[in-house]
Amino acid sequence: MQQAPYSVPDYASQIRRDIIRMVTSATSGHPGGSLSSTDFMTVLYAECLKQTPGQWSRDGRNMDMFFLSIGHISPLFYSLLARMGYFPVSELATFRKLGSRLQGHPSVENGLPGIHVASGSLGQGLSVACGAALSKQIDGDNHKVYVLLGDGESEEGQVWEAAMFAAHHKINNLIAMTDWNRQQIDGPVEKIGGVGDLCAKWKAFGWHVITCDGHHYDEIRQAYAKANEPQEGPVMILMHTNMGQGVDFMFDSHKWHGKAPSAEQEKQALAQLKETIGDY
Amino acid sequence: MTNTGNKDTRSGFGAGLYEIGKKDPRVVALCADLIGSLKMEAFAEAFPQRFFQCGIAEANMMGTAAGLAVTGKIPFVGTFAEFATGRVYDQVRQSICYSQTNVKIAASHAGITLGEDGATHQTMEDIALMRAMPHMTVINPCDYNQTRLATMAAAEWKGPVYLRFGRPSVPNFTPADGPYEIGKAWLMEPGEDVTILATGHLVWEALEAVKILGAKGIKAELINIHTIKPLDMQAIIDSARKTGAVVTAEEHLVAGGLGELVAGVLARHCPVPMRMVAMEDGFGQSGTPAELMNVYGLNAANIVAKVCELR
Repeated sequence: MQQAPYSVPDYASQIRRDIIRMVTSATSGHPGGSLSSTDFMTVLYAECLKQTPGQWSRDGRNMDMFFLSIGHISPLFYSLLARMGYFPVSELATFRKLGSRLQGHPSVENGLPGIHVASGSLGQGLSVACGAALSKQIDGDNHKVYVLLGDGESEEGQVWEAAMFAAHHKINNLIAMTDWNRQQIDGPVEKIGGVGDLCAKWKAFGWHVITCDGHHYDEIRQAYAKANEPQEGPVMILMHTNMGQGVDFMFDSHKWHGKAPSAEQEKQALAQLKETIGDY
Repeated sequence: MTNTGNKDTRSGFGAGLYEIGKKDPRVVALCADLIGSLKMEAFAEAFPQRFFQCGIAEANMMGTAAGLAVTGKIPFVGTFAEFATGRVYDQVRQSICYSQTNVKIAASHAGITLGEDGATHQTMEDIALMRAMPHMTVINPCDYNQTRLATMAAAEWKGPVYLRFGRPSVPNFTPADGPYEIGKAWLMEPGEDVTILATGHLVWEALEAVKILGAKGIKAELINIHTIKPLDMQAIIDSARKTGAVVTAEEHLVAGGLGELVAGVLARHCPVPMRMVAMEDGFGQSGTPAELMNVYGLNAANIVAKVCELR
């Protein structure tokens, strides 16, 4: 892994700007969860993930792999990949536009570097990550497989099928994260689906559970370091975050799960986010 | 072609899986608590590091297979056809077909011949579901030998495959060495008066029908459509042009099955009178495979009757 040229806070601020600008330009998309996942995802790509952007391959051989199960936070994923050098930053302007590699939800059809499988229909990423991790075990490849879930997504039954499977097969090269931002489209997660105590649930399913302030860079670093220590089975990092983090009028509100800002709102949001690396 | 002894097509899958597993270390297998029913014991015992018991959790099994495929493995997932399609349609769609992962779905106990378990387990709509899916290849072999060859061919084929086979012991009549090529229809009996296009368990019934028709002085041409998608359209069009009449035969609903597929091809390229031997809209019921095939008209007698309607 190469040292990323900018600091994590600089990346995170620029990525948040990208998210707002992409979603506004597309007049659709999912800013809220993109913003809540920005900090810990930036640390992952800038400091932890053993991948070299120019040498990324879809089969993930001899590198860490990352799977985005919550495909709707594609604005974050695309910005992060572009800013880290997986594809040109200028391509972010094509998000959700006809003919773009940056589909509304991630797709492999046009070979966008950084994407192993399509996601968008929820609940599927953890299973796919389990398969990739098992494959690495067969091959004697000691790299890790990361996957990001959402708390609302955890209402999907397949997540718990995969949870049981990973623990039962002692898949110890698998690190899952949950963006626990407590909001889903229709309202607060506890009002809609009653996901409840995710910590107790994952422990009961046989996982090693780490909790973390998903906006505190040092806590995030410590959580990844702990997750990378030798384990007997799979690891879940529960990232406590806030929907819409970084933009005051989106903060902690389900209303910004899947809505684009107006031009005026975009201005207000960008005024709160420093342009650090340079807008696309 | 003669019956060399009844065998189940699922055992052809088990044999083919074991053989290709021996040959290619990339082949892995997953099963959802149905190892015995799918005849996967030989593979599971010989290659424990490459076999994954997934428990009764088919959605997770499909996703896990996709992850194994992304990283270069050739996974075969085994379960009943109903649970391999209807139960996991969205997983197959997003994690396998849209993601273009090289997963082979081995679907046993397909169709009405699952028998006594009844309609909950008798999928008669799986071909319709799977052939609608972009990037999916759909294979429906006719006997033990063809299922064994199709399994090995599926492993070598690039991309997702839906391989459909069944539970009952049925005539094994095709040669052990084929021919077998995915996407290439097999002309089994040349004729000039009518074309019979049959798939799966109905191929044997069609062979019987050809004999009965022969005795009546009707020379039927029989083509084995083991690959539903990609369909060998040229073989069908050429034969329809020659005979001017087509009958299809399949163990599936009319809706979305081989018959409707062929009707679409003929309407566009070579309209000729045709009939379909398939199950009308509805669910099945408990009974022996033979009883059910007769109740729903999925047999040689009905193929003969449909041919006679066209004369």
